[in-house]
Amino acid sequence: MKKEYETITEISGPLVFAEVDEPVGYDEIVEIDTGDGDVRRGQVLESTSDYVAIQVFEGTQGIDRNSSVRFLDETMKMKLTEDLLGRVLSGSGDPIDGGPEIEPDERRNIVGKAINPYSREYPEEFIQTGVSGIDGMNTLVRGQKLPIFSASGLPHNDLALQIARQANVPEEEEGEDDEGSEFAVIFGAMGITQEEANEFMDDFERTGALERSVVFTNLADDPAVERTITPRLALTTAEYLAFDKGYHVLVILTDMTNYCEALREIGAAREEVPGRRGYPGYMYTDLAQLYERAGRIKGRDGSVTQIPILTMPGDDDTHPIPDLTGYITEGQIMMNRDLNSQGIEPPINVLPSLSRLMDDGIGEGLTRGDHADVKDQMFAAYAEGEDLRDLVNIVGREALSELDNKYLDFADRFESEFVEQGYNTDRSINETIELGWDLLSMLPPAELNRIDEEFIEEHYRGDEQEAEVTAD
Amino acid sequence: MSQATESDVREDGVIDSVSGPVVTATDLDARMNDVVYVGHEGLMGEVIEIEGDITTIQVYEETSDVSPDEPVEGTGSPLSVDLGPGMLDAIYDGVQRPLDVLEEKMGSPYLDRGVDAPGIDLEKTWEFTPTVEAGDEVGPTDIVGTVPETPSIEHKVMVPPDFEGGEVVATESGNFTPDETVVELANGEAITMHQEWPVRQQRPAEEKQTPTTPLISGQRVLDGLFPIAKGGTAAIPGPFGSGKTVTQHQLAKWADADIVIYVGCGERGNEMTEVIEDFPELEDPTTGNALMDRTCLIANTSNMPVAARESCVYTGITIAEYFRDMGYDVALMADSTSRWAEAMREISSRLEEMPGEEGYPAYLAARLSEFYERAGYFENINGLHSSISVIGAVSPPGGDFSEPVTQNTLRIVKTFWALDADLAERRHFPSINWNESYSLYRDQLDPWFVENVREDWPEKRQWGIDTLDEEAELQEIVQLVGKDALPEDQQLTLEVARYLREAWLQQNAFHPTDTYCEPEKTYRILDAIRTFNDEAFDALDAGIPVEELSDLDAVPRLNRIGVQEDYNEYIDELEADIESEIQELY
Ligand SMILES: Nc1ncnc2c1ncn2[C@@H]1O[C@H](COP(=O)(O)OP(=O)(O)OP(=O)(O)O)[C@@H](O)[C@H]1O
Ligand SMILES: [Mg+2]
Repeated sequence: MKKEYETITEISGPLVFAEVDEPVGYDEIVEIDTGDGDVRRGQVLESTSDYVAIQVFEGTQGIDRNSSVRFLDETMKMKLTEDLLGRVLSGSGDPIDGGPEIEPDERRNIVGKAINPYSREYPEEFIQTGVSGIDGMNTLVRGQKLPIFSASGLPHNDLALQIARQANVPEEEEGEDDEGSEFAVIFGAMGITQEEANEFMDDFERTGALERSVVFTNLADDPAVERTITPRLALTTAEYLAFDKGYHVLVILTDMTNYCEALREIGAAREEVPGRRGYPGYMYTDLAQLYERAGRIKGRDGSVTQIPILTMPGDDDTHPIPDLTGYITEGQIMMNRDLNSQGIEPPINVLPSLSRLMDDGIGEGLTRGDHADVKDQMFAAYAEGEDLRDLVNIVGREALSELDNKYLDFADRFESEFVEQGYNTDRSINETIELGWDLLSMLPPAELNRIDEEFIEEHYRGDEQEAEVTAD
Repeated sequence: MSQATESDVREDGVIDSVSGPVVTATDLDARMNDVVYVGHEGLMGEVIEIEGDITTIQVYEETSDVSPDEPVEGTGSPLSVDLGPGMLDAIYDGVQRPLDVLEEKMGSPYLDRGVDAPGIDLEKTWEFTPTVEAGDEVGPTDIVGTVPETPSIEHKVMVPPDFEGGEVVATESGNFTPDETVVELANGEAITMHQEWPVRQQRPAEEKQTPTTPLISGQRVLDGLFPIAKGGTAAIPGPFGSGKTVTQHQLAKWADADIVIYVGCGERGNEMTEVIEDFPELEDPTTGNALMDRTCLIANTSNMPVAARESCVYTGITIAEYFRDMGYDVALMADSTSRWAEAMREISSRLEEMPGEEGYPAYLAARLSEFYERAGYFENINGLHSSISVIGAVSPPGGDFSEPVTQNTLRIVKTFWALDADLAERRHFPSINWNESYSLYRDQLDPWFVENVREDWPEKRQWGIDTLDEEAELQEIVQLVGKDALPEDQQLTLEVARYLREAWLQQNAFHPTDTYCEPEKTYRILDAIRTFNDEAFDALDAGIPVEELSDLDAVPRLNRIGVQEDYNEYIDELEADIESEIQELY
């Protein structure tokens, strides 16, 4: 253990600079004692032979030149045990549920090591969320990182909770999963309001999900800098439960926008050259080090699936936070304000949404053989209908051809019947695809050029004769 | 990464400061770009600045817990790659450490620190057959023997470019490890199957020549409209989710190059895993062997150390040059060059260099052009002709092409495949915008298409372009007044253009047949649409109403040609059906 220093030379925002006369490790954990028994934790951001820069997690308020600085000779660790399930922790990983102290089986560095790409297993196991806008159009698979791009005032929490409640892998229901892997939820809250946090906690308690959850909460009035460690604690726990204990872990991180604001604050305090809109130039790398902790590993039973939630400032998806996130994650589920005001629940706009792992996760034996074709056709038809809406505003419906009118009707019903389902309806993938066929059958079979003729013959509703003529 | 031998290790220095991937050291006797080992764990790093007694190092591994006063060891040699048999079918990190060997050495699926491994297995023996005999004269880069490296590729053992060369005095034949001498020269130079080469230095060539052969990609929109030459350069810029990686993967799978170097630079781990899992199963359409047999992967994913992301493109292009010297046509894909540029920016800002545009270092443009300049169609020093084609993905922030990396890249590359978020949203794939994209190779490649596919390839293509142009203009009017307000001939043009988009330009990368389309098929689909066009316009002239022509039963089958394996038969029948159906309308 190193000696204590009373050598603070500068305090600036969340940063403290202190002189040292022995080597201190980069990233090392520091305790700063304000003198009245209040101990703050921090981390070394820069280490030189005569001074260090420290980022203080719990705020620098009350720290002065006389405060003492103690270096703990180690980097930040998370205490890990299976007993974490059912616990509620602070944003720094301390229990706040009045339960016993955590008796760790292991303590692990929270800056996770990168998974060797050679050791990964490609995720391709379909997760049924029961939400048609996701399962049908932008399928989630185990080990994927699929964020919800939302905006203030939109019901992203309801959707996240619905997913957490309903997510399952279909065969398992029939007891075919012989791995015996269990499902767990890790919830990492960063800077959300007490009210939002309650929404999650109440739902977890109501459904009994809390027993298989670990909750980390950094609320809006908790120190901002702490938000930079909360997701790392959450993901370290997730990796442990998944890859050491065999759980299928679903990690919900909300709100990533608050996390990025904290990064910006630290960058500004360090007087770094800022990148786009004042966010640090290394934000891509920093976010990647969180998001890439999702996945599957060869020879391990469990998986880490991530659903980070972010609110797009100004509803702008080119803002650096959604933009950099989209460049790292394996797609995104896009919430839409217009759909929301039309009362569509969940208000998912499927067009700008995407699941990049969908192609390998669906099809015969996974979901259904016709899934990919149906999805492609619905995207094309909905996009066509969307385009025509602009035109209708100008020329009116009567000026459009019969076919165009069918596309318009398709787009309307797609929103009000397929996407709309409410937060308590759990649709099986079969129901979702059949619903897709109901809607596609509004169009003449010749228009279904993305669908294999055999499927048209088998599933197209209505006039069998008509279906056959074009299918030969 | 080539390893320093004990005797190379020079003066020790001491760490002065640590800030993320940047470490400074004092008292280190090292040259610019030398490899050094940092700290007690011996983390690999490279000297990037020397100022007085202070040496600045970018470290290729995580620096958590590293502290001042820890030692720094110089190796006396610059960052180099190991070149020799065993690079194909391999997967490396950004400094050429084989990821499978790291997994084994670390005993963990996570990447640990301080573990090094040579780029090729130095214990493994390979069967060497000399192609020279005593008395022959050989010079630098001359081929002296061959090794069957994979079923697809015969590895050529060459005199290293920095050897003097001279008369062969002895040759061996049989099984040897890469470091054993296989050919000896009179001047004492001993040739082995193992070379090393500094990554930041271009391997020499005789001269660059004008490329005249296309790199056939099997993608209709590329081969048909915007072809790249063997030895050419291309950029694929586009916002997230628009199809950069899928396009790069398609090229890696189907391009008719001899060797493919795929550099995953700061992108997703799962995308590399996908390649590792898929490629051994896929068949190279030219040789019939597993695609992996011609592929070398470099994976420095976004969560791996940022300094190694900076170096991974150099590692890739150096390996490409080595295969070029053997006379092979090499294609290198870098996904994404923006991440490489950002790594430069990150390091540069830690060095507190004066930032240029958007915080990128002032040397961004120079680095980009140096890199793309290493592509080309070459006459090598050994007289062989071969090429390196470079295709770089660009990830512009907010999808805005006016940013520095896209702009500086466009000033260098000759093929521009502009991805379009709107097309991607409506699932028109590949979402390459046909109005914005271009290929400056088109004219110089036409003779090849004329000779090898069809004589009227350029004319048919031009017809396609004109029709699509006309559609773009008509669409603007349609947006205002609706389609039915257009004159009949223009309505028919829209109908034809729609088939160009849906049956010709769109191509599903995930369909087992449609994923690859040979040039003949690309031609025939276009020609079939042309057939419909000509018949329909004749009929229109003869007074048949456009509604009837838009409602023919046979025509929608155009959209299904892509997925037909026996497309010739299918198209013959379809063309006949279209003709007869239209005839019936008269
Ligand atoms: N040719 C294609 N055929 C079918 N689908 C495609 C094609 N190209 C792209 N896609 C679809 O688009 C998705 C996104 O493509 P891709 O991953 O290549 O985007 P990207 O431009 O590399 O994005 P990022 O910058 O975030 O890496 C794919 O997952 C796939 O679903
Ligand atoms: Mg990509």
